[in-house]
Amino acid sequence: MIPAKFDYVRPSSVDEAVAALRDAGEDAKILAGGQSLLPVLRLRLAAPSTIIDLGGIADLRRIAEDGDRIAIGAMVPHHDVMRDDLVKQHVSLLSQATATVADPQVRHRGTLGGALAHADPAGDLGAVALALDAEFVIAGASGTRTVGASEFFVDYFTTAIGEGEILTQVRFPKYTGWASHYEKFNRTAQAWSMCAVAVALRIDGGSIAEARVGLTNMGTTPIRASGVEAALVGQQANEDSARAAAEHATEGTAAPSDADAAADYREHLARVLTGRAVLAAAG
Amino acid sequence: MAQVRVTVDGVNYADDVEPRMLLVQYLRERLGKTGTVVGCDTSNCGACTVHLNGQSVKSCSVLAVQADGAEVLTIEGLARDGELHPVQKAFNECHGLQCGYCTPGMIMAAVDLLGDNPDPDETEVREGIEGNLCRCTGYQNIVRSVQRAAQMMKPGASAPTESPAPVAGGN
Repeated sequence: MIPAKFDYVRPSSVDEAVAALRDAGEDAKILAGGQSLLPVLRLRLAAPSTIIDLGGIADLRRIAEDGDRIAIGAMVPHHDVMRDDLVKQHVSLLSQATATVADPQVRHRGTLGGALAHADPAGDLGAVALALDAEFVIAGASGTRTVGASEFFVDYFTTAIGEGEILTQVRFPKYTGWASHYEKFNRTAQAWSMCAVAVALRIDGGSIAEARVGLTNMGTTPIRASGVEAALVGQQANEDSARAAAEHATEGTAAPSDADAAADYREHLARVLTGRAVLAAAG
Repeated sequence: MAQVRVTVDGVNYADDVEPRMLLVQYLRERLGKTGTVVGCDTSNCGACTVHLNGQSVKSCSVLAVQADGAEVLTIEGLARDGELHPVQKAFNECHGLQCGYCTPGMIMAAVDLLGDNPDPDETEVREGIEGNLCRCTGYQNIVRSVQRAAQMMKPGASAPTESPAPVAGGN
């Protein structure tokens, strides 16, 4: 199938994009890398009147060090995020999780900002952004505002990006020297996560000084596993502490039941994968 | 209508297209490049894989207008002066196909993989072609073909000497 007819706009700046969005009205849709949107358009699950393609805005394709943050443009493709030296050095968890997204072709086109704005609860990058307290820079008619990850993810496919607004940048605090791992469970190649666990640990003299843990596909939004984090801090990084902390993995979750897995199976996965992720991160 | 200017397999084109036209439609229906096939229509199978500015993409998931100003390489542009690309030769030698429908996409994905990692081990090959499905499940010989191609493309490699024996009924 092919998409329904639409008007196409390709602005060359964020200001132009915001203006185009205002002119097009509420039936417009933003196109980032298109790896979720184009399949949806082809299946005619959506038929926007106007597509605003951010692909022509060079400013949105940069990764830069900005003080104690790594600032990643919303249109940086997954392929570039996972290979970027700054990201590897300071936000290794993001690099690791991005490498598990879909397949090489999709990672060449799909973008960090597009994936986060799409906010599919089975997407891998939301749990990372949430666990690492990323900030989302959002542009609109009245300028830009910054939203923390804990407020960004609102519901199933719903974020804090308002009507007439565009996500332009995602800023990650530096976690230089932290140990990290993204443990993902799926059954077939290029499949979405049935459940996945993102872990970053600051290990000091063999014991865990700080822990950050995010869960993928355990609710309508990514979920911060605060109970796991609290249980890890102060412990030696070993199998016993990992297993004990993992018992807290389902606190605050509302796992979906669907064709891939029942909720109780996902809860089982969350505990098992949390243990694995902590041990893998601790090396 | 929107204008698209692209270089496809070394030839420049400028065309007016509907914004909703997919790159794969443009290649097949406008340019007649039917070597690139449509498989699944859901972005899973990778049969329609081409290179866009040197990177593999699923051309069913790119609008033709998004390729404006870009360079596209399809399976039809791989051979040079009548000489097949080493990956094409290796798929031939190792019988890296059963029905052949996934082959154009598999080869384009493999060329991209080998450009990135000239000497992949079996796991790296399998991960590198993760975006391409073979419904005949003929992956054994496809993986062998990619590894054979890697040997053939090594600097200083001479003409093929011996081929790994194809596996019958690979899974």
